[in-house]
Amino acid sequence: MNKLQPFNIIASLLGALVLLFIVAPLVGMIIATPAIDIVNTSKDVEVQKSIWLTVFTSFGATVFFAVAAIPFSYLLARRKFRFKKLISGIVNLPIVIPHTAAGIAVLGFVSRNSVLGKAASVFGIDFVGHPIGISVAMAFVSIPFLINAARDGFIGVPVKLEKAALNLGASPSRVFFTVSLPLAWKNILSGLIMMFARGMSEFGAVVIIAYHPMVAPVLIYERFGAFGLKYARPVSIIFIGVSLLVFIVLRLLSKEKKNK
Amino acid sequence: MLILKNISKKLEDFNLKNISFKVNKGDYFVILGMSGAGKTVLFEIIAGLITRDTGEIFLDGKNITKEKIQNRSVGLVFQDYAVFPHMSVKDNIAYPLKSKKVKSSLIKTKVQQLAQDMSISHLLDRRPGTLSGGELQRVALARTLALNPKVLLLDEPLSSVDVKLKNELRSLLRKLNKKGQTIVHITHDYEEAISLANKIAVMQNGTIVQCGKTKDVFENPASEFVANLTGIKNFYKAKIKIDKENNRKIAVINKSLFFNLLTDYKNVSGNVLIKKNEIIISNDKITTSACNNFKGTILEIVRAHLGVEIIVDIGVKLSILITDSSLHNLTLFEGKEIWVSFKASSVKFLPN
Repeated sequence: MNKLQPFNIIASLLGALVLLFIVAPLVGMIIATPAIDIVNTSKDVEVQKSIWLTVFTSFGATVFFAVAAIPFSYLLARRKFRFKKLISGIVNLPIVIPHTAAGIAVLGFVSRNSVLGKAASVFGIDFVGHPIGISVAMAFVSIPFLINAARDGFIGVPVKLEKAALNLGASPSRVFFTVSLPLAWKNILSGLIMMFARGMSEFGAVVIIAYHPMVAPVLIYERFGAFGLKYARPVSIIFIGVSLLVFIVLRLLSKEKKNK
Repeated sequence: MLILKNISKKLEDFNLKNISFKVNKGDYFVILGMSGAGKTVLFEIIAGLITRDTGEIFLDGKNITKEKIQNRSVGLVFQDYAVFPHMSVKDNIAYPLKSKKVKSSLIKTKVQQLAQDMSISHLLDRRPGTLSGGELQRVALARTLALNPKVLLLDEPLSSVDVKLKNELRSLLRKLNKKGQTIVHITHDYEEAISLANKIAVMQNGTIVQCGKTKDVFENPASEFVANLTGIKNFYKAKIKIDKENNRKIAVINKSLFFNLLTDYKNVSGNVLIKKNEIIISNDKITTSACNNFKGTILEIVRAHLGVEIIVDIGVKLSILITDSSLHNLTLFEGKEIWVSFKASSVKFLPN
């Protein structure tokens, strides 16, 4: 096809504009921030703690909820049952509702007066203001990314391979772990990365559950509110850098796994 | 012995209706049918992958209709092999043994034995993605045989391999059967059925329309569908009448066409068949012992697997198989008028 067709030229120009729209604010922010401010902020213990907290709570949320979400995705991909469409819609609810509203909903679920909150208080844990509470809020808004990716992955596994495994004497759980899961793994890994990344960047739901300890998005908001744009920029740049680094490392790891 | 009794299954686009047949131990049983006849669904019902609506399945006297898939002793090789792409050939073959928790030392020995039997020992460390269709077929067979199934179900095993491999695989399947392995094989290719089966069931629109010994089914097709599927093209509805004037029996095909034939039947409706290699073509009318002589027009000349097939219109379409040299010597071409002759003894009558 001729690359110089009017449609291709217009589409390329529009694409360039969209790309500029994404890149320009980020580059602008980096240009507007002196390197010394970034270096000094990176030495700030509060910033360091906040970033580690963000990474660990999101990682914990991803791993913990994946245990239930992946088999659930398999059911959504393979089984026919009543209200399946409704259930698929419910799974995607956290994506469409305002995240502060999601935070309020989760707060009601994990607060001291809730059944879960009361049960946790027996072990001396209060979810509100606790890293576990932060993880729950992160998981609430990010779990649809994992479920959708895993479900698509399982749909992509030929049913015939699962049937062959059953015929070869494997139990349904063995079929799941030895055939379905490995073959859908690429999608599941993408889903895990997306869930993890989305969890790290969550502000709305987390700020309702726990203003303290501060995850990075809350810290950025706090610095902006208390000290202004100049002080919020270095933290933002460091956090974006860490997020990008984690994202790239995980992508590379998944690629390496795929090539093996 | 595998027995199916009145198996029925209603599906979205078609139904299986009252499927019954018996496969004896050591049989090579071929189910012959067009695509979409329900053959694969039937296999999945036998293997327990799909539940039937009604009917029963017995294996060696035991009712396995509701038996768990894993305990059926029925090995199914899928049409596109269904070899696990993320495992090596070795791991594929070992898969059913690991499912049965066989000791790892025994697994190793068994895998090597099966690989040797299937001539794939050199492929054990390879990934399925690097194998040819024939090699994949052997891996799928070895993997299924690792279970020592009482019945081996083969779904169109030769449909996606070339002619050379087809012959190799046929001989492999024959060898397996000779060793005592009971095989049920589905195909749409009658030549495959002739070369392998000792018994045949013909399936049409979800039902078995004819079942019996291979020779009987091919020599006495019960319907035009069976005749066509078994490669017989000259198959016509007819009524046997007596030509009093000439004191002979004739098969009346339509108002203006009848064939002379030898039969004990009279005033009976049925079908007649004429083998395409028993018909002679000539440019002029010739006097021979053949008492069926018709003038016709060549409609089509088609290259066949062996020789050339000439389709001639004599009031009905007649398929005739001739050699390349006859085609050349008689200078045959589409649209040419020629004569066809066949003996009364070549017309076989099959009553309804």
